[in-house]
Amino acid sequence: MSRLIPEEEYGKKPAGAFRQWMSGIRDPYLGNVEVKARAGQDENEELLKEHQEEVVSVIRKVHDVANNSQYILFRKFYKAAALICCLTLTVMLLVTVAYLPPVGSADNPAHNEVAAKYIEDGLQDTGAVNIVTGMILDYRAFDTFGESNVLFIATCTVLILMRNDKKKGKGSAEEEEHRDSFYEPKADKILQTAALILVPFIILFGIYVILNGHLSPGGGFSGGAIIGAGLILYLNAFGFEKTERFFTAKTYKWVSFSALSFYCIAKSYSFYTGAHHLESGIPLGTAGNILSSGLILPLNICVGLVVACTMYAFFALFRKGGF
Amino acid sequence: MQIFQYILLIFLVVCAIAVSFSKRLLNSILIFMSYSLIMSIIWILLESPDLAITEAAVGAGVTSVLFFATLKKIHAMREEDEEKDE
Repeated sequence: MSRLIPEEEYGKKPAGAFRQWMSGIRDPYLGNVEVKARAGQDENEELLKEHQEEVVSVIRKVHDVANNSQYILFRKFYKAAALICCLTLTVMLLVTVAYLPPVGSADNPAHNEVAAKYIEDGLQDTGAVNIVTGMILDYRAFDTFGESNVLFIATCTVLILMRNDKKKGKGSAEEEEHRDSFYEPKADKILQTAALILVPFIILFGIYVILNGHLSPGGGFSGGAIIGAGLILYLNAFGFEKTERFFTAKTYKWVSFSALSFYCIAKSYSFYTGAHHLESGIPLGTAGNILSSGLILPLNICVGLVVACTMYAFFALFRKGGF
Repeated sequence: MQIFQYILLIFLVVCAIAVSFSKRLLNSILIFMSYSLIMSIIWILLESPDLAITEAAVGAGVTSVLFFATLKKIHAMREEDEEKDE
């Protein structure tokens, strides 16, 4: 006969701990994860209490169900609407799934002539030895255009969230930067020497990957990410004064703008013609040379510039709230 | 080579589990970095070196650095606090 163990003793065993965690009785991370409250926040306890009471009173007024019968109706409607929305979405998705072709069947729409055509005619059509680049920057160039724009929009969003426009006084960009890097070793000799040796090679490798995107593995995105990482290393070693000599918000604006608009002018016709190809008139050149395969090389450079700027801008915005 | 791949895959799973169960946020990020590094080696073994380059630069490099910057912003690094106390 099994005997009943008291709850506390049961909680010490793994099974019991798991069940308590599942039912929400205890949180194993509570008090263990090392997130600390910001210093100086709990000084004004009276102010905090006042603020809490205010919030509670507002909630009590807004959700005064006893005196406002229409709230009850609204809540019922809210629950019913939520249920109906969820059920409709579930049924729609399930019906769609029922129409999907079986997994692994030979006559699935994915197994068509497109893949074979890309592999067979890729070199003649695009002039790119690296089929992947030929595909993403020639056949499906408008997809890559969308991706570059996504990066630009991501930077805009981070800019909206993290931008610090204050020039002087408390909470200004300079003070924020000072507070942020106050406990870091400044002008660290080891980091600076390592960066001095590594950064040129990292950026050179990034440029190599971008320029050889149509010949060897890689391309705009990989090369741009490498250059961005190199710039971040340089920034960490030498600080904002050095990087701001060549990279400011103005630089970012103009580089991104010109790269994206060049891409747009070169490839946005796909939105009107569909996947049909327009003859660019640029000779494809000998396959295997750097200057070959038409528009792929300039487009690769554009994507690389956008990606590198985005990476650097993210880090600068996180650290300082501007660059 | 097959055995090497299996070892890498086991490491990958161990890293993925350890990230969510590590109680120090700094350790979590370091494990996440090693996850990306193992993943980039696996990409090379799967014969897609372009993805390997991107994974190493973005996953192990830029993302982790952004995580570190965020940890500093939300005051979750213990070292800094200890220095303050001394």
